[in-house]
This record gives sequence, C-alpha cells and structure tokens, in this order.
Amino acid sequence: MKDKSNKNIITRRQAIKTGAAISVAPMVFSKGAYAANFTNDPGYKSSVTLGFNVPQTGAYADEGADELRAFKLAVKHLNGEGDGGMMNTMKPMNLRGNGILGKKVTYVTGDTQTKSDAARASAKRMIEKDGVIMFSGGSSSGVAIAVQGLAQELGVVFMAGLTHSNDTTGKDKRRYGFRHFFNAKMSGSALGPVLKDEMGTERKAYHLTADYTWGWTQEQSIQETTEGLGWSTTAKVRTPVGAGDFSQFITPVLNSGADTLILNHYGKDMINSLTQAVQFGLRDKQVEGKNFEIIVPLYSRLMAQGAGDNLKGILGTANWDWQLQDEGSKAFVRSFGKEYGFPPSMAAQTCYVQTLLYANACENAGTFYPPEVIRQLEGFEFDGMGNGATEYRAEDHQCFKNVLVVRGNQNPTSSYDLLDIVKEVPRADVEYDASIFGGELGPYKV
Amino acid sequence: MLIFTAAVLSMPIWLDPIGANYPDLLQKFAIFGIFAIGYNILFGLTGYLSFGHAVFLGVGSYTAVWSFKLLTMNVIPAMFFSILMAGIIAAGIGYVSLRRSGIYFSILTLAFAQMFYNLAYSVLMPITNGETGLQLTMHDPRVIDVAFSREVPEGLPSTDFFGISMNGYSGFYFCAVMLILAFFIYLKIFRSPFGMKLKGIKSNQKRMKYIGSDTRPYLITAFVISGMFAGLAGSLMAVTDPLAGAERMQWTASGEVILMTILGGVGTVYGPLLGVGIIKYLENIFSSINESVLNNFFSFMPQWGESLLTSLTMPFVGEGWHLTLGLLFMLIVIFLPGGVMEGLQRIKDSIMNKKNIEESEATAKESSDG
Repeated sequence: MKDKSNKNIITRRQAIKTGAAISVAPMVFSKGAYAANFTNDPGYKSSVTLGFNVPQTGAYADEGADELRAFKLAVKHLNGEGDGGMMNTMKPMNLRGNGILGKKVTYVTGDTQTKSDAARASAKRMIEKDGVIMFSGGSSSGVAIAVQGLAQELGVVFMAGLTHSNDTTGKDKRRYGFRHFFNAKMSGSALGPVLKDEMGTERKAYHLTADYTWGWTQEQSIQETTEGLGWSTTAKVRTPVGAGDFSQFITPVLNSGADTLILNHYGKDMINSLTQAVQFGLRDKQVEGKNFEIIVPLYSRLMAQGAGDNLKGILGTANWDWQLQDEGSKAFVRSFGKEYGFPPSMAAQTCYVQTLLYANACENAGTFYPPEVIRQLEGFEFDGMGNGATEYRAEDHQCFKNVLVVRGNQNPTSSYDLLDIVKEVPRADVEYDASIFGGELGPYKV
Repeated sequence: MLIFTAAVLSMPIWLDPIGANYPDLLQKFAIFGIFAIGYNILFGLTGYLSFGHAVFLGVGSYTAVWSFKLLTMNVIPAMFFSILMAGIIAAGIGYVSLRRSGIYFSILTLAFAQMFYNLAYSVLMPITNGETGLQLTMHDPRVIDVAFSREVPEGLPSTDFFGISMNGYSGFYFCAVMLILAFFIYLKIFRSPFGMKLKGIKSNQKRMKYIGSDTRPYLITAFVISGMFAGLAGSLMAVTDPLAGAERMQWTASGEVILMTILGGVGTVYGPLLGVGIIKYLENIFSSINESVLNNFFSFMPQWGESLLTSLTMPFVGEGWHLTLGLLFMLIVIFLPGGVMEGLQRIKDSIMNKKNIEESEATAKESSDG
C-alpha cells in the first residue's frame, strides 16, 4: 500500500514536469526560426554560410567530388584568397573579394547519395541546422528537382549544379531554382546537324535510357532530333540507375537490326554500358553496309577518363571543356590547376559559375533577401565565364549560351586531353520557346 | 510511460549540446522510432526476421502523398489511408510468407520487398513516378480542399493538421505525439496475453502447437500490426516532407531497421529507439563532418598534431560514416549480443553489485563490531 502511494507521487511530479516541457519547449525553439524576415537571414553576423550538397557516394560520385573542389575554390575567390579565377574576367561584376556584401563566406557540405530522400534530408539539415542562405550541387536531375521543390517550400535559393533534364527548368521549374547547365533539348538541337553530316539521314536508332527524369527527357529530345533528320527509332529500353551490369540490355541490340546505339546514360553507368557495348563488338559491327555507331548525348571528361579507349571517336555534347581558349575558361583552368593539379570538369565549371553568379546577384541586390536576389538573377546577362555571352532567361531560369559538340579524342596527348571540340554551336541555334515544357515558377515570396 | 513522454517531448533540449537539435533530424528520430518499435513487435517478440519491412514504409508514403494530391492537405486522412493500405498489404504478404519460418520466411519477405521495389520502378510507374519520386504539383485535384473551398496559397500548399503547418518544430511535435501514442500501444501489446503468446512462439513454437494453441493467427496479427506501424511511419515521412521515392522500399532500408533493432537490443522495450537514435545521428551528423570541421575541432593541438588527428579521423567521418557504423555494429554484436540495452543493464548491474557488496560488507562489519 505504501509502495503504491509512493509511485503516485512520482507520477504526479512527472506529469507536471511533462506539462512544463510541453508548454515551454515549442516557444523556446520556434522563436529563432521565425523571428527573421526571411529564412536564415544573416542579419548582423559577420559571415554567411553556403551549402554544397553533392553525391559523394553512388554512380555520380566522381562528378560530385569535382563539384566540391570547384565550390571550395569559389569560396576562396569570393573571400579574396587565391588568384581570383573568373572574378578577373566576369562582366558585369560587382564582387570585391571581401565575401558577399562584406560578410565572409563559409560553407557546409552534404552527401546526396544520388537519392532524392537523402538529398532532401541533407539539404534540410543545411537549412535548418547550419542556416545556409543558398545551397547548390547536383549531378542527378531527379535529385535537383526534389531539392528544388524543397528550396521553394523553405524559401532558400537553390543554384543547381550539373542537371541536364528538360524538367528542371521545364515542367518542374521553381522560382527559387536556377540552372546554368544546358539541357537535353539543347543537346539535341546542337547534335542534330553534326549527326546529319557524319551519319546521314537513314539510320535506325536504339536507345538505352537511364530510367528517371533526365533519361526520359534526353531520350525524347534526341529522338525528336534524329527523327527530324529522317532516322527511325527501333526501340527505347529503360535501364535502372546504378545497374552496374548492362549486358542483358546490350545483347538484344546486336540482333535488333538497329545501326546506331544512343546511350542516355551518365557517370559510372555510362562508363559501364559503353565499355560493355564495345566488348560485345558493337563498334566493329556492320549493319546493311553501314558501320555501327554509338552516340553519348551527354559527355564529360570525367566519364572519358573512366571509359578510356572505348570512347575514342564517339560523338556527344558538353556544357564546357577546359580546352576552350577564352579568357574566362583560361583563368578558371589556371587557378583550378594550381589548386588541385589537374584541369576541372564541366561539372566543376558550372558549380563554380553558379556560386559566383549568386554572390554577384546579392551584391547587385544589396541584400540577401531572396525575392530581390532572384529578381537580379532573372534576365541577367553576363560574359567572361567560359561560355561566351550568356543570359539567365527570366521565364524559366535557364541559362542560354553556346553548346559544345565533342568527340572522344583519337590521339590523346595527355590523360586529360580526351575530348575534341567538333563544333561550338552558337546560342541562337539552341534557343527554344520557354512555354513548350509548361510548368510554373511559383511565387517570389514564400 | 510519463518519463518516456517527457523524454520525447524534451528532445530539442537535451539533444541540443550534441548538435542534433534541428527539426528534420528530430522528425526522423520520431518517425524511425515508430518504424523500429513496430518492427520489434514482429522480430523482438516472435523472433521472425522480416527482411522486407521497408515495403510498408514505402506503401505508407505513397498512399499519403496520393491522399495529399487527390483529397486534402490535411494529414489525418493521409495517415488513416496509409495505415489501412499498409495493413492490407501486410496481411497479403504475411499470409503467404508466414507459411514458413526461419530463413525461408526471411527470404520470402525479402523477395516480396524486391518485387515491390522493382514494380515501383516499372509497372507501377504511373502511381510511383519511378526514380524521380512522387511529388505534389500545383494542379492536383485535392477534392476535399476544393469542396471546403480552403484558400490555396500561391505556389505549392504544405501539409497541415487543421491549420497547423507540419513544417519545422510543429511537424516534430506532431510526430512525437504519434510516437508516444504508438509507444503506448506497443507497451500494451508487450504486456498483454497476446504479447505473451508471441513470446511463447519465439521460445518454442512446437511446444505451443502441442499444447493446442494455433500460432498462425497470432503470427499474422503481429505481422499486420507491425506493418501498420511501418505504414504510419511512412505516412509521417510524407507528412513532414510530401515526397515519396521508391528507394524507401529498397532492401537497404529494410536492413537499416534490422540494424537499428539489433544495435539497440532485440526484444527489449527501449532498445529499438536507442538504435534509431544512434544510426540516424551517425547518418546525419557524422556524414556532414568535413576536413575543416575536424581541423576546427582539433585546433587546440599543435599544427602537426592537428593534421595527424585530422587525417586519422577523416576515414571515419563524412562519406566514411558507414565505416564507423560497421565497426560499432561489429563491436556490439561481438561483445554485447543483447545490444546497447544489454550494455546499460550490465553497467546497472555492476553498480548495484558494488552497492550490494558494500552494503553486505557494512552489515558484516556492523555485526562483527556488535
């Protein structure tokens, strides 16, 4: 009996404690989050934090690692350390090398694991815990679209890194998301004339496609282009991302009657599928008197390094290449090389440029308040960043600039000299109407 | 129970010093807590090791997002339908899989899980949107919201509980209340005759059958209940972040909940929750530590010591957090087969023993004095 009453006393006290915890905790902990005018307002702090959310594991890890190098370099240059890189060539520019709006730039990193869930969790950590004012990164369009939605919900600007799907600035575009990288539609437009010259107008194409938003839109864009040339499409086969072994998808190609294989793969997937396609003898094959050809619409030097000799002579497109001879590219390659000892990839370039563009927009706006920064970026025209005269189109937040058609180098002189630039397709040839993909940007203020 | 309630609700206070106090991680703690205790009802009580529990998590998420898209942004219908769907699918999978036990049961559940995962990527694409994941759009029908003519914000609507937004800390408190409710049910099950029966199945199913008790209905019930817990967890994931992806159903996700349960202590009441805490903390905090953070941390050392320690710890943080988790898991399985709970128990015992010895010594002394 005595025991029982004792227990009751403890319970009552616990109950009071619990009640107190319930009533106090929300007040204490929600205050900080909503007192500011906008999410993560740096206020009077002497520094601002940027978040770099890249794949550090999975099929796109190589690209992620190079993106991270570029981000770190951009932060250095923004803070006035190093040789300044593209800050010497960017026009127009308001950056002074004293951080952004006089505040020193710091950064946090995260691993997207090339999964939407993990990427969103990582981005949320950056926004809620580390208080980032902008976040960036990429390598998978699925991830980019997922975190772009989050950016809009939470009111933090997302400067997309490498993402090539039409949807990122098409049907899934967001007011808080910006893309400097080119897209599948532009790849198709750029590749079309070259394909016509090299391979003629009568071919049968077989698509192997990474099964997510990027693969789908690239397949569609390339198909539109090739069918516009008069080619027919034999089959379109979807493959899982990160499959590793593509032999079960490549065997049917041999007997399909197709004479062209289009690999809508990227990263390690593309390295694997291409290597296996070559091992299966596709490139030595003849179909009705025509040489069998392989096309990789989206190309990068990192992939070329992985695929080695298999990539020689294969056509594709790229956003940028370190061998470009304009001032901006040279300055960037020089400072990246000095820092890390090898030239940057196109993923690195787009991430570097995005960081600088955001910082510059803040300087132009005179504030970190996202709606103002967004208005500065929309319609912003600039030059000296490696792609010629470029414009951030206001209607869909897509950058328009020259696109490179590249080919795997037949006689590389070094382990980085892997791509030949076949053609620099002028911006006018790849432009399209912003309304064709639908989608809505959404509100400035959230 | 009250101590538990207080501990859960005050998480923002006591997790602050270790850097885990931000809404997303707190929500994850609560959500995976529900998932793990649900799993413990099956694995901990009956000893049936299911390798496919993430299916119910995924089903819950997809159902919830569809409810947001088609019906309303209110979370109640979403949670209701998620639990219902998860329960139905659990009944189906359980009916087939529970015909076997031991390793065969595990393999069957794994097969079902892989089947659902691959379906989500292929045949069920219109429902799941494949790799990109199911997301809200601005043109979703949302019939109930429209019928009650709730004002639609510019841009994407967010989930709410009768007007309380489910973002940030309010989202966490909502999940926390759900965890407490789920925990209450879980405790009741643990201590009920039904729970005893399940424990009986674990210790000797044959004997249970010999004494005339049919174990199958109990097993199926336990399987369905634990599937419903997972469904609730899945719906809460969608509530706090309205997006559903198929990777939630991958076997690695099923493996994670097994790890959590074993790490904390299989069959113990609080063990799975500890396991959730440890794994989610490692995943979110350890993986975000990079070189500059480490350098700051060791900056009290001289230059050489700083760089030495940084290079020594670097493989265990950042992308290497899996390595840390693996080591921890090995240590626990080898030295503490009962999980962290066993460790705590041992510490408690040794303290108690010391006290007992001291007390007995004292009494011995007294008596000798006397």
